[in-house]
Amino acid sequence: MIHQYKLNGYNIVLDVNSGAVHIVDDLFYDMLGCLDEQLTEKCPDWLFQRFEQGHTRQEIEETYQEIFTLHKADQLFSSDDYDKFAKMMVPSPVKAMCLHIAHDCNLRCKYCFADSGEYMGHRELMSAEIGKAAIDYLIKYSYGRHNLEVDFFGGEPLMNFDVVKEVVKYARSLEKEHDKLFRFTITTNGILLNDDKIDFINREMSNVVLSIDGRKEVNDPMRPHVDGRGSYASIIPKFQRLVEKRRNGQFDQYYVRGTFTKFNKDFANDVLHLNSLGFDQISVEPVVADPSAPYALTEQDLPEVFAEYERLADIMVKRAGTKEDFNFFHFMIDLDQGPCAIKRLRGCGCGNEYVAVTPSGDVYPCHQFVGHTDWKMGDVFSQSLDFERKKQFASATVYGKKECKNCWAKFYCSGGCNANSMQYCGDILKPFQLSCELEKKRVECAIMIKAATL
Amino acid sequence: MKHVKTINHANLKESAVKGGCGECQASCQSACKTSCTVANQKCENKNK
Repeated sequence: MIHQYKLNGYNIVLDVNSGAVHIVDDLFYDMLGCLDEQLTEKCPDWLFQRFEQGHTRQEIEETYQEIFTLHKADQLFSSDDYDKFAKMMVPSPVKAMCLHIAHDCNLRCKYCFADSGEYMGHRELMSAEIGKAAIDYLIKYSYGRHNLEVDFFGGEPLMNFDVVKEVVKYARSLEKEHDKLFRFTITTNGILLNDDKIDFINREMSNVVLSIDGRKEVNDPMRPHVDGRGSYASIIPKFQRLVEKRRNGQFDQYYVRGTFTKFNKDFANDVLHLNSLGFDQISVEPVVADPSAPYALTEQDLPEVFAEYERLADIMVKRAGTKEDFNFFHFMIDLDQGPCAIKRLRGCGCGNEYVAVTPSGDVYPCHQFVGHTDWKMGDVFSQSLDFERKKQFASATVYGKKECKNCWAKFYCSGGCNANSMQYCGDILKPFQLSCELEKKRVECAIMIKAATL
Repeated sequence: MKHVKTINHANLKESAVKGGCGECQASCQSACKTSCTVANQKCENKNK
């Protein structure tokens, strides 16, 4: 399977199964469009007839031979040998945990999938006892896995920061004995940040996600305080301080992370605005919402959103290597050292390698399943885990999803978000098409940026 | 080759044989939490 597209003046060809990426001239591109994997060593006569206008016989022959050579090297129309690996997918150790330290929030974001922190339940803070039991749970079910990840999430985790500190201390105390390395991350709206919290976060958290949507006029209507005031003015200086202090510390990874909606389809302006404030690690993502919500993105919005992704990609190409260079999370791609094919087949890992724990100690496949009680798969008190459910998620590979198996983007997105599939298509094996279309456009842009900045 | 430039050298198929150690980051733990992207994660396999 191949995928070919033109973007920003580049003719790009992806060979899906080998992962090879080729930049080709017009003749190569057009010729490829007429061919499939049934290639013969000799250039077929009909190709000469098809391309004789504007090309010499030698050029046509030469181009065909390059196509044939790449095919022989398994870099073009390469065979699909992954079924055997997909069939080997079995439940893996749990290595990552989303710890819902607070089911409460001091903002009332309009698009919040977490129901403004309540997750279809009630407002609740996690106790230190539950937090520690969750760490024990992760150690128990991670078996021989060394690197473990814990993300402090909410709601707003800074509303329960003493417990965050206690859980970190507890986990660190167990690292040596169990041969584990804990990597902590935190996702915060920044309202309660102060120097003490910033210093703790920068000392202990390998990554921090700072939630803001971009321009004040975009952020404030969607991310108000409980009393309706906008949040932009109070969080910007705090985020800037955290990032400034972080630059000299042990961990430098962070993202300012926003959501774009139908109301700001010119979201590249929000990315640029965040960059103008001194942030250079930026993620702005499409809202995931019921299509009936006024802010929801729908199929009709796709042309505009695609054009905006292309505009952003073009800007990034122009800024690459300059002082205004920045990183956009969804355009990050490493064509040589990226994840192995097994990870790409396995997908996001939710319900298998990754679980979420609620303030009351219930275990769910991931943060987006929390509150959907049918999907509860254990609890940290009894240290229980539903292995049948885990097996179901382990089987939700790219090759376990009919639509994904034949998609050119399968090894980039790896089957998409199972929670979105469950919520909007009623089945974790049926990908949510709107998300698929957005993801494919992002992959095309990311690869074009690579081609343009070699 | 005159008409094509291949811009990467890794072969995904080879990575399947030695892959799957699982030491890499879970994708939702990086920045997204709502829209899954796996290809932008780093490989942490020490034995490849």
